[in-house]
Amino acid sequence: MHEMKFELRGITKRFPGVVANDNVNLSVETGEVLALIGENGAGKSTLMNVLYGLYRADEGELLIDGQATQFSSPADAIAAGIGMVHQHFMLVPVMTVAENVVLGVEPTGRFGSLDIDEARRMVREVSDRYHLELDPDAIIEDLSVGVRQRVEIVKVLMRDAKIVVFDEPTAVLTPSEILEFFGIVRSLVEAGRGVIFITHKLKEALEIADRINVLRRGKVVGEALPKNTSEAAIAEMMVGRPVLLVVDKAPATPREAMLTLAGVSVVDPDGRTVVDGASFEVRVGEIVCVAGVQGNGQTELVEAIAGLRRVASGSISLGGKNITGDSPRERHAAGMAHIPEDRQRQGLVTELSITENLVLTRYHDAEFSQGIRMKWDAAAAKSQELVAAYDIRTTDPSQLASTLSGGNQQKVIVARELSRNIRVVVAAQPTRGIDVGSIEYVHAQIVKERDAGRAVLVVSTELDEVMSLADRVLVMYRGKIVADVDPKKVSHMDIGLYMAGSRPAAVVA
Amino acid sequence: MNETLKSLRFTLLAVVAALFVSAFIIVITDIEALGDGNLGKAFGTVGRAYWGLFKGSFGSLRAISNTITGATPLLLAGLAVSAAFKAGLFNIGATGQMLAGAVTGLFVGFAFQLPPIIHVPFALLASAAGGAAFGAIPGVLKARTGAHEVITTIMLNGIASFTVLWLLKTQLFKREGRDDAISKFVEDSAKLPKLFGFMGNRIDLLAHTGFIVGLLATFAFWWLLRKTTLGFEMQATGFNQEAARYAGMRTKSLMVTSMAIAGAFAGLAGGSEVLGLYGYASATVAGDIGFDAIAVALLGRSTPIGTLVSALLFGALQAGGRQMQVDTDVPIDLIIVLRALIVMFIAAPLLVKAMFRMRGEATSFGQTFRGWGG
Repeated sequence: MHEMKFELRGITKRFPGVVANDNVNLSVETGEVLALIGENGAGKSTLMNVLYGLYRADEGELLIDGQATQFSSPADAIAAGIGMVHQHFMLVPVMTVAENVVLGVEPTGRFGSLDIDEARRMVREVSDRYHLELDPDAIIEDLSVGVRQRVEIVKVLMRDAKIVVFDEPTAVLTPSEILEFFGIVRSLVEAGRGVIFITHKLKEALEIADRINVLRRGKVVGEALPKNTSEAAIAEMMVGRPVLLVVDKAPATPREAMLTLAGVSVVDPDGRTVVDGASFEVRVGEIVCVAGVQGNGQTELVEAIAGLRRVASGSISLGGKNITGDSPRERHAAGMAHIPEDRQRQGLVTELSITENLVLTRYHDAEFSQGIRMKWDAAAAKSQELVAAYDIRTTDPSQLASTLSGGNQQKVIVARELSRNIRVVVAAQPTRGIDVGSIEYVHAQIVKERDAGRAVLVVSTELDEVMSLADRVLVMYRGKIVADVDPKKVSHMDIGLYMAGSRPAAVVA
Repeated sequence: MNETLKSLRFTLLAVVAALFVSAFIIVITDIEALGDGNLGKAFGTVGRAYWGLFKGSFGSLRAISNTITGATPLLLAGLAVSAAFKAGLFNIGATGQMLAGAVTGLFVGFAFQLPPIIHVPFALLASAAGGAAFGAIPGVLKARTGAHEVITTIMLNGIASFTVLWLLKTQLFKREGRDDAISKFVEDSAKLPKLFGFMGNRIDLLAHTGFIVGLLATFAFWWLLRKTTLGFEMQATGFNQEAARYAGMRTKSLMVTSMAIAGAFAGLAGGSEVLGLYGYASATVAGDIGFDAIAVALLGRSTPIGTLVSALLFGALQAGGRQMQVDTDVPIDLIIVLRALIVMFIAAPLLVKAMFRMRGEATSFGQTFRGWGG
């Protein structure tokens, strides 16, 4: 395979009101891994769309082996040897691996018929060469997320990509799948391909990359070599100030049980049991984290606790009172704060103002309304107060919530849910997709709530977050709580094994 | 620039674009002039047509009265569509709700003998209640079974028009000596006073105080949205039903309430036509108003003031169109084309942006088009 150098020079891409990429220079060669790291909104996606031909840059040029070139569509990028593995897979679930891989570039026999044997042979060949262990006849929907990702990789390789771009590839993987994924990346590099690895996870960038470029507010603010830098140094470059990477908290002093689940099961509309007999309690003054790979019933568990999903069997009680059949509003009134998993879909009405969102769950309180009349003046005053107290960065709370960054949107929810008389905090993925600075802030708030005598339940798929935040860790796998452990006494790897449905050797013995 | 101003400017440009395209249509259909190769004459026709349009809508007291007469039911029915849009529902059933309100208002109008000060409000209230009850049906169906309101409201329009057709032939409603579907007259005490009644009894000034009812309804709609918990709940549900449910709002009962409110507005539209304009009801009392109301709501971005302005615009086009037909050979059907073009330009924002070289301005339609999502 011949070598190739791919460069971006002075790329600037503007959108109304923002400069998404500002004079970005970047280069990658075959045989190396370049990590592109930055917070959400730093301009990573825009840059990738520019280099994959989805956007045209306003200024700057793309060079292949020093020759200026232009991509006006992904087809041009593919033809030039650039391949992209998207964060969200583009596979047809009911088709086989071989069928998916050749989709769009089908090998044909005589009379234009599909030559599926040739497709199988091609998959096997690529799979063997890179140790991907793919069965060409497996149906996609039967495969795990990690294997599906490998199918995407084969797709890219079969189109003869010399530079492979991975967009947040580890977000959906278990810890052991991440290790396997790194193995694949290394074998790609050994085979002489180049890799651009986009991530916001510091550890991974340090582990796999040959070089790291840090993007902040559309600019490349630094380049580092993993061997002479540190997580803290890169985090500082990403955020622009020193950041606390570990959660600063005192040991927990748990007291009486506040939230108790006894044999809670949830059945989804298709009749599948998605939460299977979950029993646990969350005590006052402790943070219990539910770890697990996305899609193992955590979403449904939280919705059941919040009253948004019917419980098929079992009971939930809050402070000794059975709340299993209560409405969301009754639970809210009983002192439950709920920070939902998807802030744009559930937590906020982004088309309403910041003020309106700050009273979204409380507009019916006597403080904000009388009969059917809204007291908007009182709401505006409260909003001013919360914007200041929770450091929500906005010039005007009457602006739409959609104008806020992800981190500030999350602060609106945190402010709304925590700034009242509560007894238990249920937070689902509280830091997903928000910037490092806001993560630090949200974590501090959660610890503060614990220390103020609330029971805290956090559901997170980020193992690092779980390990640093939790006083106690529950692991959820296929709807069941499979482990209840002290984070100080187990390793990342042990939890990873629980998450994958097996047991650490030490525990078995 | 402020959002409201921006969207106002955009709407104006859509109207201008529609007038421009219509002018082109007038020119190319002026066969006589084109046959002679007389383009100047064809353009002259455009000028005279649009002058007629203006004269017929605002050029005299009578023209203004005609504009108001046309705008009144469009405003009330437009509010019915807008109110549902705000709650994330697409109400295509204004026609059926108008018919329901027309019948209930009619009944109270002829079946009771009361002093006007009581009779008029009572009849109007009956119209609103009839429309609300009929409007609530698709709300209940959606809340209970998930049946999409677009389908059910269309079906209910059919049910309403045939039910009214039947009702008007029953002994209770039937007018003496008529075999067709024409109702009795309402009592004089139930009739909405003429708007320009103070100018002497000019029979050519048809505008009635149904327009005042429309203005009050517009204000009520504004008040509901801005000042009440119910309005807040409706809008939260309309924008993001998931979030509304998360926030503890009873989204299903809100669907029913919102549709009932929408139905009440449409019921008033039906009632004001019966009590203000005709004095009786026929099977065609709702006409195409329920559908034109959708265009009114779209053009007005479902806001109270927007709905008012666009109802007036559509009323003016209707009134002016007749004058245009008289003054020139341009048929009144051009008005239908013109209205269709306005809606098309509103619905295709990119087209207007391209025509006027507006760059990079986000044109958000918010919940106006949400109703399709189901």
